[in-house]
Amino acid sequence: MSVISVAGFLLVWLIAAEVAQSRVLPGPAEVLRYVVDEALHGDLLAELGITLWRVVASFVVAMAIGSVIGLAMGQSPALDRALDPWLIVLLNLPALVIIILAYVWFGLNEAAAIGAVALNKIPNAIVTLREGARALDPGLDEMARAYRLSPWSKLRNVTLPQLQPYFAAASRSGISLIWKIVLVVELLGRPNGVGFELHLNFQLFNVTAILGYTVAFVTVMLAIEYLLVQPLERRTTRWRNKPV
Amino acid sequence: MNDVRPAGATSQFEIHVLEKTYVGSDGTLVPAIRDLVLEVQPQSMTVLMGPSGCGKTTLLRIVAGLDDRFTGELRVPENARIGVVFQEPRLLPWRTVRQNIELVADEYFSSADLDRLAASVGIADMLPRFPQELSLGLARRVALARAFATRPDLLLLDEPFVSLDERTADRLRHLLLEVWSSQPTTAILVTHNPREAILLADQLVLLAPRPTHVVAAVPIEIPQGDRDSAAVEAIYADLLTRYPANFATG
Repeated sequence: MSVISVAGFLLVWLIAAEVAQSRVLPGPAEVLRYVVDEALHGDLLAELGITLWRVVASFVVAMAIGSVIGLAMGQSPALDRALDPWLIVLLNLPALVIIILAYVWFGLNEAAAIGAVALNKIPNAIVTLREGARALDPGLDEMARAYRLSPWSKLRNVTLPQLQPYFAAASRSGISLIWKIVLVVELLGRPNGVGFELHLNFQLFNVTAILGYTVAFVTVMLAIEYLLVQPLERRTTRWRNKPV
Repeated sequence: MNDVRPAGATSQFEIHVLEKTYVGSDGTLVPAIRDLVLEVQPQSMTVLMGPSGCGKTTLLRIVAGLDDRFTGELRVPENARIGVVFQEPRLLPWRTVRQNIELVADEYFSSADLDRLAASVGIADMLPRFPQELSLGLARRVALARAFATRPDLLLLDEPFVSLDERTADRLRHLLLEVWSSQPTTAILVTHNPREAILLADQLVLLAPRPTHVVAAVPIEIPQGDRDSAAVEAIYADLLTRYPANFATG
């Protein structure tokens, strides 16, 4: 089904490009030629790699910090009340404000870029993991205490499996949010990456290049989703997929 | 507040709860237990029987060490291993039946021991399955096997056969007796079912309504293996005349 719907989209694109016959809407073949050419002879792979590294770095930072704070807030009502207003502020602060301030205060450097992206994701991770901590089953917790499980064993066998769906949800929404914001960060203050290239080609009005980078980017995204995220999810939830 | 003193591993368990209160949903203090004294003989089955909501589960949680907000004294052997069968099976859904048992099993509990125990409670075929594939009756058996796999010094059972149909519950009661006799363990079982209590108990402890305390501790001399339904009914009739308040509603 997925293959058919993608093929359908390509067909619509092809027809639209044929009808329009315009510089601003090149056909799929032309874009594909650009991608292959840039990958073999140009910077496309290097730029994709740099963007991918920023995505991974901000994702790891955001998930680590967001999970710790979220779990702590979920388990301590006092901490939850203390941090809640800041959480709401961060959740609603436009990404652009955070990015600009990060560049202004910390300079146009890699740390500021990754920090700004991570800061945009952290509140979402906090909210999701806080729900996870609140939803922990007190019955299983009692079972672990009654049977004197070691803290490590309890974490591995009782707590983390319960949080797994929340980690998965935070990761999934996190990845998509980070993909989007990383490009803005690159556009505003980095001399490389997919965002920078899009900006450059926008100024040159090179729509083929813009679509080419988009296609390459989307391909990487889909590969991560289908080759990494979904198989991992199937593996960790296999106990759930059985009929009762 | 309370004092948990180690006693020798062979000595009896002594439970003395002076006062246990909890905060009700409207913020007032509700007394759950008041001045309850209970002695449990080693390798015997003590059954606590009392009306619903009298604080039986609260008492069991105190004995399990899950709740230390009470005044009184708990005398348990040093490093006592405790096995608990909760009202709900409380198995880890993301672990197979075998993994659920292995997780808490005694360190000298071998894989062959596990297979033997699983066979004795009738879950040998279920070991590679996940708990969600099991019926409640089967999940209860797994919970029972898990508790025995810890080779507990003290086995606590909180209404382990509630919400099962009577045939399944009865089969499980006899299964419990079988496993328990082959691995003699100090056990405390909580129930509100008088016939279940009479069938299983060495010592039948009758509890008062909240705030609960011990009304009477009745020893039942006939060995569990010889208690057929006629014997159970005879004991029941006898207890009904002696403790009408505790048995009339059953």
